[in-house]
Amino acid sequence: MTRLSWSRVAPILLILPSVLAIAVFVYGFIGWTVYVSMSNWNTFVPDLSFAGLKNYIFLFQDYRFQSDLRNTLFFSVLFIGLCLFFGLAMAVLVDQRLKGSAFFRNVFLFPMSLSFVVTGVVWQWILNPSTGINLLLKALGVDNPPLWFVSTRIVPAWQVGKITFGLPVAILAVVLAAVWQMSGYAMATYLAGLQGIPEEVKEAARVDGASSWQVFRLITLPLLRPMTVSIVIMLIHVSLKTFDLVYAMTGPGAAYVTDVPGVYMFETTFRGNFFANGAAIAVVMLVLSAIVTVPYLLSRGRRDLFDVDVT
Amino acid sequence: MKVAGKRILVAVLCGVLLAATGCGGSKAPSGTEEPTGQKAKEIEIFSWWTGAGEAAGLEGLIELFKEKHPDISVNNAAVAGGAGTNAKAVLASRMQAGDPPDTFQVHAGHELLDTWVAAGKMEPLNDLYESEGWMDKFPKDLIDMLSKDGQIYSVPVNIHRGNVLFYNYKLFAENNLNPPKTFDEFFQVAEALKAKGITPLALGDKEPWTATHLFENILLGVLGPDGYKDLFTGKKKWDDPGVREALEIFKRMLQYVNDDHAARNWQDAAQLVATGKAAMNVMGDWAKGYFTTDLKLKLNEDWGWVPVPQTENCFMVISDTFGLPKGIKNREATIEWLKLLGSREGQDVFNPLKGSIPARVDADTSKYDDYSKAAMQDFKTKALTPSIAHGSAASPGFVDKMNQVINVFVTKGDVDEAIKGLVEASAELK
Repeated sequence: MTRLSWSRVAPILLILPSVLAIAVFVYGFIGWTVYVSMSNWNTFVPDLSFAGLKNYIFLFQDYRFQSDLRNTLFFSVLFIGLCLFFGLAMAVLVDQRLKGSAFFRNVFLFPMSLSFVVTGVVWQWILNPSTGINLLLKALGVDNPPLWFVSTRIVPAWQVGKITFGLPVAILAVVLAAVWQMSGYAMATYLAGLQGIPEEVKEAARVDGASSWQVFRLITLPLLRPMTVSIVIMLIHVSLKTFDLVYAMTGPGAAYVTDVPGVYMFETTFRGNFFANGAAIAVVMLVLSAIVTVPYLLSRGRRDLFDVDVT
Repeated sequence: MKVAGKRILVAVLCGVLLAATGCGGSKAPSGTEEPTGQKAKEIEIFSWWTGAGEAAGLEGLIELFKEKHPDISVNNAAVAGGAGTNAKAVLASRMQAGDPPDTFQVHAGHELLDTWVAAGKMEPLNDLYESEGWMDKFPKDLIDMLSKDGQIYSVPVNIHRGNVLFYNYKLFAENNLNPPKTFDEFFQVAEALKAKGITPLALGDKEPWTATHLFENILLGVLGPDGYKDLFTGKKKWDDPGVREALEIFKRMLQYVNDDHAARNWQDAAQLVATGKAAMNVMGDWAKGYFTTDLKLKLNEDWGWVPVPQTENCFMVISDTFGLPKGIKNREATIEWLKLLGSREGQDVFNPLKGSIPARVDADTSKYDDYSKAAMQDFKTKALTPSIAHGSAASPGFVDKMNQVINVFVTKGDVDEAIKGLVEASAELK
């Protein structure tokens, strides 16, 4: 009897420290951040009196934060879309068992091993309007080379709230750098997926008279769907929480055309001492991440629980 | 038996982990009364002076201090990174954990008063000022920037001037132009330069403070020193016609800047002037160090300077100071360090190396270059005004919001919207 109860107690005791640590350092601090975001702590000296949703209301009416949401939307869509496209294209090419495919697999994957800060600095030099690739373009006879991340154009320019809504042209430069870095990750994931598709399935389709394109569209693509989902979930995380790439490459940009919530949070909290506003930005970022990840985690959890056959 | 042993092991492990997780931040602050005893005394000096000249200046001061106090060792804790932003984050976490460095660098003005002083973390230094006879050695305007309710909270080491217009000497000579003294003259000069295909004004506002730096000087030129200072006491409102006029002038000036300004930092902008691609640049006189030390250019051959138009009677002050935090380990030794910082000898060791001028008015001018001699003269005679962009004039909260307003204004040029934003931001002025 004692032996039995001990064998029940021991595992609990063993995981207790990490449960406590996670409770305090993850969920405790999330709770604390939520509390700070609803306080009046917008000065250097802490003022934890309750302010309700004041800081959130301020943020959603704020020019800079509205710009950040717009930028995050366009950045995420373009970044993830292009990563999926190039990742799949590269994976299919590398999967062709041709000479040199192993070499290119590594070449495509290498950018991922860099830090975003390195990527940001390098692409900032390449796309610098007066010293970078534009020198080459001018030498080739292009009269008005693009301004890259310095451009303040927004297309189409719709007035929404305080800001001009549309695609900020400057963000394309950031997307370019981010896609260059992360499409290798999409390729690696797709490659694993491609190699997991049994040859017999494709063979059977070919016997039935399907062309290569039909095999790809009707067999390969549907079987890669789980890969696509996991890439999207991973990259959405990267794009919603972007900080280092933007900070190293462009900064907030003229009229905040390349600003993102992470940069705003950092600057307003640690330079302006708006701790409550900063906490509110952090909470908004958390909620945005949760909206995309929680359904995925729930569905995966259910699958793990009920569908034992999933490998 | 075995089980009991395991139990003890588990209990011990849990205890250790709990202790490790639970007690991270509760390190007790060491009291001021803690006796230093016969232990070797050490002071820790916290700054963001890691650049070429400034690091040399700090080393020079430390050498001098060691000569005078061989029994005290000095720990130079400098944190590198963008104008002190990294250092300030490290400092904030250490202060909140009750582990302050013995003394730290902080800009004069509200950056000091609205933060550490407001939080009650600093000791007043009036006794030190009295005993060292400093009250008449530093200008009264400067001491006011270090004081709250009659208490003085830090010792200024150096002075930089913010309202300087640097220009390319050869470009001006070749085109028979004189550096502008008024905004009207500025626009005449700018037109003439533009007609020749030269960018009249260099700006590098990748970091938004540079645009604020330019705007605050226009504001000073339009309002004059008293009107400018009234903006921060509430005597003058931010929807004053003068502010509007300054914004209009700023907007007009922006038509003459390089079109890649958002990709450049202040050095990149100064470099445009150095290489003759642009003619003028408004920057603090740390740009002088960049011209003379880094680029080896000569005053009145390669580059020249004048005060920003209509500010010749003013001296926009940016000053690095050091204070005395409460609860430090070596209070007596730190006070000795502060005495050295405030002394004529200490200031004359540090400033020629850093390229700034001393905060004391009685320094030995022979140790300084021609630009600094002129700046030292102006520092004694002109009206001293606090800089917004560098944290002296207003609280960090106001500066953050003003940077945002100016950043948007540079692109959109909407004067009404900017005034509305500035009025909203002025709620942060205390």
